[in-house]
Parts: sequence; structure tokens; C-alpha cells
Amino acid sequence: MSAIQPNIEQPVSEEMELVRRAKRGDDQAFEELVRRYDRNVFRIAQHITQNREDAEDVVQEAFLKAYSNLEKFQEQSKFYTWLVRIAVNEALMKLRRRKPERTVSLDEDVRTEDDSLPREVADWSPNPEQMFNQAELRDILTRTIQGLPAGFRTVFVLRDVEGLSTEETAQALELSVPAVKSRLLRARLQLRERLNRFFQKRASGDGEQ
Amino acid sequence: MKCSEFLNELTNYLDGALDARTKSELDDHLAWCHNCYVVCDTTRKTIEIYRNSELYELPDDLRVRLRSAIMSKCSGHKKSGPPSG
Repeated sequence: MSAIQPNIEQPVSEEMELVRRAKRGDDQAFEELVRRYDRNVFRIAQHITQNREDAEDVVQEAFLKAYSNLEKFQEQSKFYTWLVRIAVNEALMKLRRRKPERTVSLDEDVRTEDDSLPREVADWSPNPEQMFNQAELRDILTRTIQGLPAGFRTVFVLRDVEGLSTEETAQALELSVPAVKSRLLRARLQLRERLNRFFQKRASGDGEQ
Repeated sequence: MKCSEFLNELTNYLDGALDARTKSELDDHLAWCHNCYVVCDTTRKTIEIYRNSELYELPDDLRVRLRSAIMSKCSGHKKSGPPSG
């Protein structure tokens, strides 16, 4: 299975060259930036909004906003990190609109520490990829990550799915590095705990529900 | 080292963001604590499985449609100037 390769490993100078050309009004250069990152922005948006139409809107709005604010981009971070920050904000706005009954912010759910503590400890054997077909696995993974609070989900997706560094994730979300690390730990542990229900070793039957 | 201390460092451990001494303490803990070993291993698998999952891939036809819509809006934005507010 091929790993998701975020297109963020291009030399920065080449990317900055595209950004500078786009700033000078070269739309082809901007289109190249769209090509480079549209898949990533779509994934991030759909993970946050959990809605395909919203994700499509977020992709369009994020790139349009980037385009119209390009002169404000100071080139002190990667263009991609700056773009992700715009996309996350757009996606959170969509989520708030769709779920107004819940306050959605990156600061939420910081009190749910207990959810992160491992309760069930069991090996996953055989590998989940061997236990389920692709469609089943995708369904399990989607439902599981959707159950995470938006703040945790977002950090996990940027850091672990899209491969941003901890510092880049902090920049993109305007959080401190310790805050990112703390959310990431809880997100990882909560996902592990939830996936455990599906993936734990079947042979023993101990405590299985 | 207690299990709770191990857990607190789990993210740094998995990300290789520890100094040699702390890493060695965590390695020692893992060598005898089966529960922490399993939690560490299954957390690593959790990350890998999501990273490899290809959830929410952008289909090619939608990708073309979105890019065309984006570039057309950008071009319109350039002609009319940025919106106020």
C-alpha cells in the first residue's frame, strides 16, 4: 500500500519562487501551488468538517483567500503552513455553522484527559490490514476519527496524517508547541483505545464485548 | 519509571524527540512492562494505519473541477479587485 505523501518535501526555495511569481501576478504559478496542495487541503478539510460538500467549499475558499492575501504572506514560514492555517480556519467556520449547538474551537476538550488513559491493553494480531478488507478498514477508521473532538482531530490530522512537524502544526493552528504535543498525545491514545475494540487479538476472548 | 511517566513521554518517544538518556530510560521501562509495550506498539500502528489509509482522497474529476473553479474565481478577483471588508 502506498503511503500518503504530503507534497511538502519540495525544496522551499522552489516553492518560494512560485509564491513570488504568483505575487507578481503570474496565475500559472499560483495554479501550480493549487496543484501541489489541493489534495492535502481537501483531506484536512474533510477530516475537520466531516462533510464532503463543506470540504469542497473549503478548498475553494482557502485557495481564493490565499490568492487575494498573497501579498500579506511574509515568507517566514512555508507557504503550505500558511495555507493550512487558512484552510483550518475556513473548515472550523463551516463546522461551527453546521453544528452551532456545540462550541467548536481548537481549545475545546482539553479536560477530557481520562479518555486518553489506556483501559484495554491487547495486542493487535494479525495486523488490522489482514483482518479487514479495504472498505471495511476505511469505514472503521473514518468512524473512529470522526468521534474525536475537533481540536484533537485537527492536530492528529496535521501532524500524523499530513506529516507537518510539531512546530509547523503549532504555527498552522496558532497553538503553542506544548499544547500541540498534549493534544497529539491524547488524540493518539484515544484513537488507539477506540480502534482497540476492532483490532484486539481475538484468540483469548478475554473481556471482549 | 512509572507507567504514567512513560505515557507522558509516549508522543516524544514515538516521534524520536527525546535526548539519549530519557530514551534509554523509556527503553528500559518497555523491556519489562508488557502493558506499556503493547500501548506503545498499538499507538504506533494507529498512526501508521491512518497515515497509510488514503481516507478522503480527492477524485481526479472533482480535482479538475475545483481547480478550474478556483482559477476562474481568482481571475475574476483580479479583474474586480479584492472585495472590501
